Amino acid sequence: MAAGLFKSEVKNPVLRWVDTRLPLITMMQKEYGSFPTPRNFNYFWNFGALATVTLMIMIMTGVFLAMNYTPNANMAFSSVQHIMRDVNYGWLIRYVHMNGASMFFIVVYIHIFRGLYYGSYKFPRELLWMLGVVILLLMMATAFMGYVLPWGQMSFWGATVITNLFSAIPVVGQSIVQWLWGGFSVGNPTLNRFFSLHYLLPFLIVGVVFLHVVALHITGSNNPLGIDVKGPQDTLPFHPYYTVKDSVGLCVFLLIWAAFVFFMPNLLGDTINSIPANPLQTPADVVPEWYFLPFYAILRSVPNKVLGVALMFASIGVLFVLPWLDTSPVRSCRFRPIYRILVPLLVVDLFALGYVGAHHPQGFVVLLGRVATAWYFLHFLVFTPLVGWFETPLPLPESIAKPIVRKPHSGGGPIPGGAVAKPMENA
Amino acid sequence: MRLRVLAALAFLMAPLGGANAQEAAPLLHSHWSFDGIFGTYDKASAQRGFQIYSQICSACHSMNYMAYRNLAGIGLSPAQIKAVAAAVTVPGGLDDQGKETERPGRPSDTFKAPFPNDKAAEAAMGGALPPDQSLLVAARDGGPNYIYSLMQGYVDPPAGVQVPVGHYYNKYFPGHMIAMPPPLTDNAVTYADGTKATLAQEAHDVATFLTYTSYPQLDEQHSLGVRVLLFLIFMTIVTYIAKRRVWADVH
Repeated sequence: MAAGLFKSEVKNPVLRWVDTRLPLITMMQKEYGSFPTPRNFNYFWNFGALATVTLMIMIMTGVFLAMNYTPNANMAFSSVQHIMRDVNYGWLIRYVHMNGASMFFIVVYIHIFRGLYYGSYKFPRELLWMLGVVILLLMMATAFMGYVLPWGQMSFWGATVITNLFSAIPVVGQSIVQWLWGGFSVGNPTLNRFFSLHYLLPFLIVGVVFLHVVALHITGSNNPLGIDVKGPQDTLPFHPYYTVKDSVGLCVFLLIWAAFVFFMPNLLGDTINSIPANPLQTPADVVPEWYFLPFYAILRSVPNKVLGVALMFASIGVLFVLPWLDTSPVRSCRFRPIYRILVPLLVVDLFALGYVGAHHPQGFVVLLGRVATAWYFLHFLVFTPLVGWFETPLPLPESIAKPIVRKPHSGGGPIPGGAVAKPMENA
Repeated sequence: MRLRVLAALAFLMAPLGGANAQEAAPLLHSHWSFDGIFGTYDKASAQRGFQIYSQICSACHSMNYMAYRNLAGIGLSPAQIKAVAAAVTVPGGLDDQGKETERPGRPSDTFKAPFPNDKAAEAAMGGALPPDQSLLVAARDGGPNYIYSLMQGYVDPPAGVQVPVGHYYNKYFPGHMIAMPPPLTDNAVTYADGTKATLAQEAHDVATFLTYTSYPQLDEQHSLGVRVLLFLIFMTIVTYIAKRRVWADVH
C-alpha cells in the first residue's frame, strides 16, 4: 500500500482504486451500513429519513417546475396554468410539489415532537438539535417564498402581510421592507427575488441537513429509553435493520402523500389562490398555509405590533435554547411522570393556536389565542426548568438490551435478557 | 399604495368585527360523476354545459386558459373541434406589409374572449368585470356546488332589502348583490341531445363543464391515482414482510 492512499477493504479492483483515493464507499459503509444504531427505535425514528426523502423529492419536482415556470408578475400565473394544462404530467409534478410542502412540515413537526418527547436535544446532542432548528427556519422561509410564486391572490397578499412584519422594526423597519420588496409594494422585483431565493434555499437546507447528519453520527442516535448505548449488545447495524424499517415508514408516507396528490390535491390550499394577484383588491381573509397558523396566531394574539412580531420569532428562538432550559438529567419522557404530560399538552396547545390562526380574532378566539400563547411560552420558559428540578424521575433501565431489569414492579415476568444482537458480519 | 399596506396591517392587528355579516345560504348539492376516487366526467353533461357556455356564458365571460383542442377531453371529435375553432376569427399576426391580419381559429387557439381586454369588458358591463371562467370552479369555495347553486339562486329580495340598480339578488352569492343578470332559465337552450332543459339540469351541466375547464386532467389524475395507490399498498405489504423477516432474529 503506497503512502498517501486510504487502506480500503473494498474487494472490486476498480472500486478499490477509487476508494483508496476517495473513500466514499468505505464512508457510506461505515455511516449507513454497519453504523451501530440503538436496537430499540420505534417508528418515530422514521421521520428523519422521511424528511430527507421529502427534501429530495421537493428539489427534483422543483427543478422540473422551474423549467416551465416564468417568474414575471404578468406571466407567473398563466405559466402555472401552462404547467397544469400543457406540460406533460405537469399537473402531477406540481401537485406533488405543492402537497409536498405540507407533507414536509407534517414530517418535520413529528420529527421535532419526537425530539421533544424523548429528550433528543439534551447533552450531547445540543448542536444537532440547534442545526435542526436552523433547518426549520430555512424551510419556513422557503415555503413562504414558494407560496408566492403562483402569484394568485393569496400569494400576493400573504407576501404583503408577511413582509410587512419587518416594518415593526423600530426606525429602519420601513426601509427594510422596501429593500425586501425592491420597490414600494410587492411587485415584479419581489417575485423575481423570491423565485431566486426559493431555488437557492433548498440547497442551503441540504447543506445544513448534511451537518445535522454529521453531528448525529458523532453523538449517535438517541432512543426511546433516552439512555446511552453501553456496548454492542445495545445496537444493530443500520443496514439492513433500519434501512428496512425506514422503508416501511416510507411506503406508508408515500401512500398518504399520493392520496393527497391524486384525490384531494387542493384540500390544503386556498381557493382564492386560483384568482390572479390583484393589488387593487384585498381578499376578505388573508390566511397563511396551515403549517404557519400557530405562529400567525401568536403574532395576532399580542395587541402590540412590535411585541407580536418579537413573540412570533421568539416562539422559534426559544427552541434554540431549549437544551439549557431543560434542567432534568433524564432524556426520555417515559421516565418523567410530569413532563410526559406536559409535552402532549404542548401539542394540544399548538393545535389550539392553529385553530386560532385560522379564525377571525374575535370573542372567544382572541381569549383562546392569548391563553394558548401564554401557555406556549410558559411551557418552555417556566414549566420546563421547574419540572426538571422538582420532578422525581422513574428508575432508569440498566441498558437498552435489558430494558426492564430495574423496573420496581416488573413481577416475575420473563426478562428478555437473551436479546443480544448478533453482530452482522457482512451487512 | 401606502393605504394598501395599512389595510393589510389593520387586518393583521385589529380584530375584525362582523366581516361576514351577509352570510350566504348553504349551497345546494348535486350528484357529480367526477366525485370519488373512481370519478370521471360525464361527457354528455359536460358537452351540454359547453353548449350553454357557447350560447350564453361566452357572451360576457372569457375562458382564457382553455384551448379548443382541450374539448377532446369532453368527447368532441377532432373534426368537431376543428369546426368549433373555425367558427371564430382570430388575429393572424402581421403580413408581409406589416399589416394586422385575421384568420379562422385553429384547435390550438385559446377560446376567443368576448372583449379585447378587462377595461373594455368592465365598460360594457356597467363597471363589473365578468370573471374569467377557466378557473372559476377552482377559485370558489364549494366548487361545482357553488356554480350549481348560484345558477338557481336568483330570488326576490327579502322585504326591506334594496337592490342597487344594475344588481340582482342571489341568495348564494356572498353579499347577495350580484351584477350578473340571471343567465339561465328553464329552456334557456335547446339541447342538441334532446335532454329536457330544466334550470336544475342546465345548472348541473354548466357546473360540470366549468369543473372540466378548471381541472381538465381530473380523469387521468383519478385513474393514475388508483394505480399508484394500489402499487404503494402492495409495496407497503412487501416491505413490511421483509422487515418482519429481517428483524426475526432480533425479537
